[in-house]
Amino acid sequence: MTSKFSRRPPIPDEAPPFVREVLGKIIAGEGDSLPVSALPADGTFPTGTTQWEKRNITLEIPVWEPDLCIQCGKCSFVCPHAVIREKVYDPAYLENAPASWLSADARWKEFPGMKYSLVVSPEDCTGCGLCVEVCPAKDKSQVGRKAINMAPQPPIRERENINWQYFLTLPEANRTQFSVKSVKNSQLLQPLFEFSGACAGCGETPYIKLLTQLFGDRMVVANATGCSSIYGGNLPTTPWSFNKEGRGPAWSNSLFEDNAEFGLGMRLTLDKQIEFVRELLPQFSAQVGEDLVTELLNADQSSETGIRQQRERVALLKQRLQAINDPRARDLLSLADVLVRKSVWIIGGDGWAYDIGYGGLDHVLASGRNVKILVLDTEVYSNTGGQSSKATPRAAVAKFAAQGKGTPKKDLGMIAMSYGYVYVARIAMGASDQQTLNAFLEADAYDGPAQIIAYSHCIAHGYDLRKGLEQQKLAVESGVWPLYRFNPALIAEGKNPLIIDSKEPTLPVSKYAYNETRYRMLLLSDEQRAEALMQLAEKDAKSRWGLYRQMASMHYNDPASGNGKDSEGQHG
Amino acid sequence: MVDLSSTYLGLKLKNPVVASSSPLTQKPETAQALEEAGVSAIVMHSLFEEQIIHESLKLHEDLSRGAEAFAEAMDYLPTYGQYSVGPETYLETLRKIKRSVNIPVFGSLNGVSTGGWIEYAQKIQDAGADALELNIYYLATDPDLTSSELENTYVTLVSDIRKQVDIPIAVKLSPFFTALPNFARRLAEAGADGLVLFNRFYQPDFDLETLEVTPNLVLSNSNEMRLPLRWVAILYGRVTADFAITGGIHTGLDVIKAVMAGASVTTIASEFLLRGAGRAADILKEMNAWMEEKEYTSVMQMKGSMSQKAVAEPAAFERANYMKVLSSY
Repeated sequence: MTSKFSRRPPIPDEAPPFVREVLGKIIAGEGDSLPVSALPADGTFPTGTTQWEKRNITLEIPVWEPDLCIQCGKCSFVCPHAVIREKVYDPAYLENAPASWLSADARWKEFPGMKYSLVVSPEDCTGCGLCVEVCPAKDKSQVGRKAINMAPQPPIRERENINWQYFLTLPEANRTQFSVKSVKNSQLLQPLFEFSGACAGCGETPYIKLLTQLFGDRMVVANATGCSSIYGGNLPTTPWSFNKEGRGPAWSNSLFEDNAEFGLGMRLTLDKQIEFVRELLPQFSAQVGEDLVTELLNADQSSETGIRQQRERVALLKQRLQAINDPRARDLLSLADVLVRKSVWIIGGDGWAYDIGYGGLDHVLASGRNVKILVLDTEVYSNTGGQSSKATPRAAVAKFAAQGKGTPKKDLGMIAMSYGYVYVARIAMGASDQQTLNAFLEADAYDGPAQIIAYSHCIAHGYDLRKGLEQQKLAVESGVWPLYRFNPALIAEGKNPLIIDSKEPTLPVSKYAYNETRYRMLLLSDEQRAEALMQLAEKDAKSRWGLYRQMASMHYNDPASGNGKDSEGQHG
Repeated sequence: MVDLSSTYLGLKLKNPVVASSSPLTQKPETAQALEEAGVSAIVMHSLFEEQIIHESLKLHEDLSRGAEAFAEAMDYLPTYGQYSVGPETYLETLRKIKRSVNIPVFGSLNGVSTGGWIEYAQKIQDAGADALELNIYYLATDPDLTSSELENTYVTLVSDIRKQVDIPIAVKLSPFFTALPNFARRLAEAGADGLVLFNRFYQPDFDLETLEVTPNLVLSNSNEMRLPLRWVAILYGRVTADFAITGGIHTGLDVIKAVMAGASVTTIASEFLLRGAGRAADILKEMNAWMEEKEYTSVMQMKGSMSQKAVAEPAAFERANYMKVLSSY
């Protein structure tokens, strides 16, 4: 035996018993030895379990340079595996910090005199390098050095582990102390989706992670089958997690063909429960306090502060209900939490949304119910091996489109916009992270259905995903992926609901497309057809832009335009 | 009527205006338009051996991207039997252009290995090229490499290729040689029928917003022809090779200057890209009008008439010093 170290246990000893004794067995490949009785009887599994599975799959991890960092949060924003975290904290915490701990003065006007640190979880990183690509800060004396750079992992693994462990002990940001409306601020929020098994450099997971940072502590998720269900809930562990108060997304996966309805069911259940609670609550006015009941029923929960206050009221209500010996009080007690506003998200890929689950998706949009739909659009069935979907763009090669897809991509956003009361956004965080954030916040705030279509770069596109964000930018600049937000709430203000967030395309589609093998391989095998399809793809981009521009320039305050007052009737 | 014809690399050309590599010389339709406007020959873009190798490797890598991720990712993209990543695309374009025009078509080659240079030179010859331009450039960044070692590599290469192909060979040079006349003569002795002055290297620029090195391809202007103009004038009559001036030729008068310095032809790209293939006709018309007015009868008559050997004050070509230029005012 020549090895100087031995294999570590699959799960560390400090993990909770269920994780150690059940999930740990599965991780170790000994799942067959588990008795059926060891598994949860109702099929629910604890969340936040990926943190115990240290995979150590990368040879390189990012290392932070505090002197260069401008604290913009972009590296953390794009990190597909939530391994880059940042916190702002009291300088007193430096006293017990590890010797290798790095910090800088926090650059926030809201936090004068505070310290800032950015850390990396060394054993959860996949080494994709997106963080280094997106980092805008360069050393003035050596431009190749950024504020975050890749370095070999083995020599610094233990050191960074110590820093990571210390980081976890620092208090999380107080969500009521700052606005979450900027990319920089959003990254102070704890992600409740971490260390998934998605591919290194995944283009989907950064969107999901951001959702959980914004709404994770009051989020319910219906997840369609596809990549997101595999990295989202593949046994033994799940990346969906919870915060120190124990709050986190409740998540379940359904089939390809019914996920939108599955999520609608969650919404309807919540609505029914809310209705029942609103019925019961006034009956206990005398016992729990009339003021409390009035406040609970009329709470403004449009801000983090409003939500926190409502949580405090609910806690008080539950405390007072404990003392009441009445079966209706027991009912109310078990349902009181629904008084805190929930965010119901229906998540899936393009294979689900454009194709197999489309009928249900349309049905759910039409229902007008308050559900939010996130389409992680990789333009192909990524999880099943790259089959063409109706989201596959013209000229791209995929299985079932081996000669390059001859028809253009279905405009799922346009179909949703036609309802007039659906919030719709098309986003690409590599092109505009702020627009992505805006769309998520607006969708959550909108009292009705919302559909967000997110450009997700993917290994199925055939290029080095380190350049994924750059490709997103080119997709937008070429008009392949215009960014917009369609907010029906604007109609009531006499404004056009459609806001185009990207500039008029200036780049030929080919300059974007031929960086990717899914397009280039056709050029290399059938140049004539590739060129013909590319010309059509150029036309697609131009005509789509022209159509959006016309739609965005319509007057909504002028009744003669066919909208005006009518449009108010459409709203909601 | 003046006689515009010239000879270059042993070929009789109807005039000294040659189209050099640009998007216009890559398609049969635009090549035909150039011919109709009057250009006397076409130089194709270069076949880059390095690019062929790089493309094959990259395609293989990209087709198998993510294969380590999970089983279904092992064959994301359908398998095609064949990809045209070899020299075949280039050779096919050459054949198509050759078929579509009656004027001579010159192939152009940039190799990496001696074997590659010879293999592709033969293929370009077999595809029907009337002559071959060797686009040799090696950016010497290694301090251990001496100038004589570098020059020897060039000379050996030309001599090796000369032995293997029958069509005329021209060598395109960079302006960065210490003793150009000596080097030019060695190339001619090694078998180069012509020398093309000069290669316009891609000059990287800096983007100060992003602090990145960015490619910066700018179209030429007439001032740029001064450098090759001087060197052709100096080399003409001293080195037994034909000369082509490339870079900075935009007008009929530019062509006349080049010929007077001793060039057999001028090759033009930027001007055609800016104003279209039809611009060749205007350039020829301008030449014709000037020559008629000044009573020149042929291009051959004025070829080399202002070379260093032919002018009254040969030292004019040797004035390189700023002080002397100033004192001449």
